[in-house]
Amino acid sequence: MSEFSLQQALNLALCHACEDDDRVLVFGQDVGTLGGVFRVTDGLRAKFGEQRVFDTPLAEAGIMGMAVGLAMAGWRPVPEIQFDGFCYPAIDQIVNEVARMHYRSRGVHAMPITLRLPSFGGIKAPEHHGESLEALFAHVPGLKVVSPSTPAEGYHLLRQAIADPDPVIFLEPKSRYWQREAFDPTAPAETLPAGTSRVVRPGKHATLVAWGAMVARCLQVAELAAEDGVELEVVDLRWLKPIDAAGLAESVARTRRAVVVHEAPLTAGLGAEVSTLITERCFAELRAPVQRVTGFDVPYPSGVLEDEYLPSADRVLTAVQKTLEYRRG
Amino acid sequence: MDDVSFRRLHRSMLLARRIDEEAIALQRQGVLPAYAPAKGQEAAQVGSAAALDLTRDFAFPTYRELGVAVAMDVDLVAYLSTHLNIWHGGMYDSQAARLAPFNAVVGGPVTHAVGWAMGAKLDETGGAAITYFGDGASSQGDVHEAMNFAGVYRLPVVFFCQNNGWAISVPTTQQVAGGSVAARAAGYGLEGVRVDGNDVEAVFEATRAALDRARDGGGATVIEAMTYRLGPHSTSDDPGRYRSLADERAWSERDPIARAARRLPEVEVAEAERHADEVVEQVRKGLLELTPRPAEELFSFVYREPTTALLEQQRVWKESLDV
Repeated sequence: MSEFSLQQALNLALCHACEDDDRVLVFGQDVGTLGGVFRVTDGLRAKFGEQRVFDTPLAEAGIMGMAVGLAMAGWRPVPEIQFDGFCYPAIDQIVNEVARMHYRSRGVHAMPITLRLPSFGGIKAPEHHGESLEALFAHVPGLKVVSPSTPAEGYHLLRQAIADPDPVIFLEPKSRYWQREAFDPTAPAETLPAGTSRVVRPGKHATLVAWGAMVARCLQVAELAAEDGVELEVVDLRWLKPIDAAGLAESVARTRRAVVVHEAPLTAGLGAEVSTLITERCFAELRAPVQRVTGFDVPYPSGVLEDEYLPSADRVLTAVQKTLEYRRG
Repeated sequence: MDDVSFRRLHRSMLLARRIDEEAIALQRQGVLPAYAPAKGQEAAQVGSAAALDLTRDFAFPTYRELGVAVAMDVDLVAYLSTHLNIWHGGMYDSQAARLAPFNAVVGGPVTHAVGWAMGAKLDETGGAAITYFGDGASSQGDVHEAMNFAGVYRLPVVFFCQNNGWAISVPTTQQVAGGSVAARAAGYGLEGVRVDGNDVEAVFEATRAALDRARDGGGATVIEAMTYRLGPHSTSDDPGRYRSLADERAWSERDPIARAARRLPEVEVAEAERHADEVVEQVRKGLLELTPRPAEELFSFVYREPTTALLEQQRVWKESLDV
C-alpha cells in the first residue's frame, strides 16, 4: 500500500491504461511537456512517446472532433480539456458527434472516448475555472458521466472509464487533486464495480448524497453531527450517469431521510434527478421530503465569494436538521 | 485520363443526377419527407470520390453528397434511407463503405477526418481522409480548427470544399472573406487549390494529386471546387427569393454532365442513360419496399453496453405496449 494524491492516482491510472492497451492516446492542451496544468499527465510523454501522448493546439472543438475520428480509426482517445468552463466550444462535438456516432452508425463506430475534465470549484480560480457541468452532460443520451472523490476511486474509475466502450465524461474535482490516501492500485477492480455508488460512512438517521469534492464536505458534516448523537450515512454517487438508483434506495430505505449536496446551481441540477429517483423508490419509507443543498442559480462567483456559494457545513447541517425535524401537515 | 476511366466518371455523374431527380419526385409524391438536392454538383462529388482508394481511404460527408455515395458504390437505398426518416445516419455499413454516416452538422465531420487521418498515420496504413463541406460550413470554427490541426500534425487529409455559391440563401460573397476558401489554406500551412468544379476530369486530377501528396507525407490540401447548386437548398426552400433565374440559366449551360457527354460517342451516352434508368428503377423499388425499423430499435445503439436506466425505460415502454 502506497500513499497517492488524487492527481498521482489519476496519473498512475493513465500510465497503466497506456501500458495495458497500446491503442490508448492521451492528448490535449499542455498534456505533453508540461504534464498538464495539474500534472495529471506528468511523465507520460517521456514514457510512451509523443505519438501516444501529445499536445494539441488550443482548440476544444478540434480536440473532441479529432477524438471522434481517432475512435473511428480504431483508437481509444483520452482527451483532456483543460478546465470545465472552457469545454463549451466543444459542446457541439460532444453532444452531436461523440454522443451520437455509435447510434448514427447503428453500432458500427464505437466511441470509447474518455474526456478528462478538471471540474468544480473550491480553488478560488478565475472565471470559467469552477463550473459544475454534470447535469448538462448527464442529460445527453449516449454519454456516461463519472466523478471520483478520492485517490483510490480516481484510479479505479478512470481505468473503468477508459476501458468502457462508450464515451465517458470524467469530471475530476480539482479541489481534491492534492488530497492523499493509501491504496493498492493492484487490488482487483471488482472491489469497485462499475456503475455503483459507495457508502463512505454508515449511519442511520439520514443519508447525505454527494459526489466529487462534496463527499469530503459531507463527511465533515457527519463528524459534526455525530457530536450531537446524529448518525449520518454518506453516499458517494461516483457514477452520475447512469446513477446507481438501487444503491441509493437501499441506503435511504434504511435511514428514511435524504439530503443531496452538490456544487452546481439548484435549478435543474442533478440533485433534482437524485431526489426524484429516491422519491420514486422510497416514497413509503421517507419521513421527510428530500432536501437539496447546492450552489445558487448564479454564475460561479469570484474567489472572495466562493465560500458563500459552495454548500457549507452549516448549510448542510441546517438541511439535516430540517429533515430530522420535519412533521407532516 | 483514359477513355474507360472517363466513361466511368460520366456514368456515375449521370446516375447521381437521375437518382437525385427521382428523390425529388419521390419527395413531391410524399414518399420522402424531405431531400437536399445535389443537382449541378455531380462533377465535384463524383470526380473527387472516384480518386479515392477504397481499400485504405475514408470519406466524411455531410448531407448533400449523393454523388460521392454513387462514386463510392455505396448501397443507394441504404444511403437514401435517411431521407425516408428510417435512420438518421443512413442504413449503410459505414466501415465497409468507407463513407462515414450521413451527417447534418455542416462543419463537424471536418474535424473527424483530421482525427481519422491521424489514426491512419499512426497505423501507417497509407490511407488518407477526404472531408466534404460547403462554402457555408467553411465559416465555422470547427473547419478552421481542423485545418490548423492538419497543418500542425501534417496529416493525410483532403479538405474538399464544394463552393456551390450559396449557404441556403446567403451568397459566397457574404460568407467567405479573404477571396476564397482555397486561399485560407496558406494560413494553415496547407496547399490550396481552386478547381473548376464542373469539370469532372479536372476535379479527379486535383483530388488524386492531393491524395498522392497526402500519402507521401506532404500534408493536407484544401481543394475548392467552384460549382453551383442548380436546385434549391432543400425541398422546402425557394431559391426564387434570393437569386435570379438568369443566374441559374447561366450555370445550367455549364452543366457538368452535358459537358462530359460532349466528349463521348453518342452510343456510350445512350448506354449510360440506359444503365441509369435501370439503377433508378431498382433504387425506387428498394426505397418503396423499405419498411420502418422495428420499434424495439428505439432503444438500440445508444450505447455499446446499455445502461440499467435505459434498459428500465425500455421495459416500461414495452409494458405500455402490452396494456
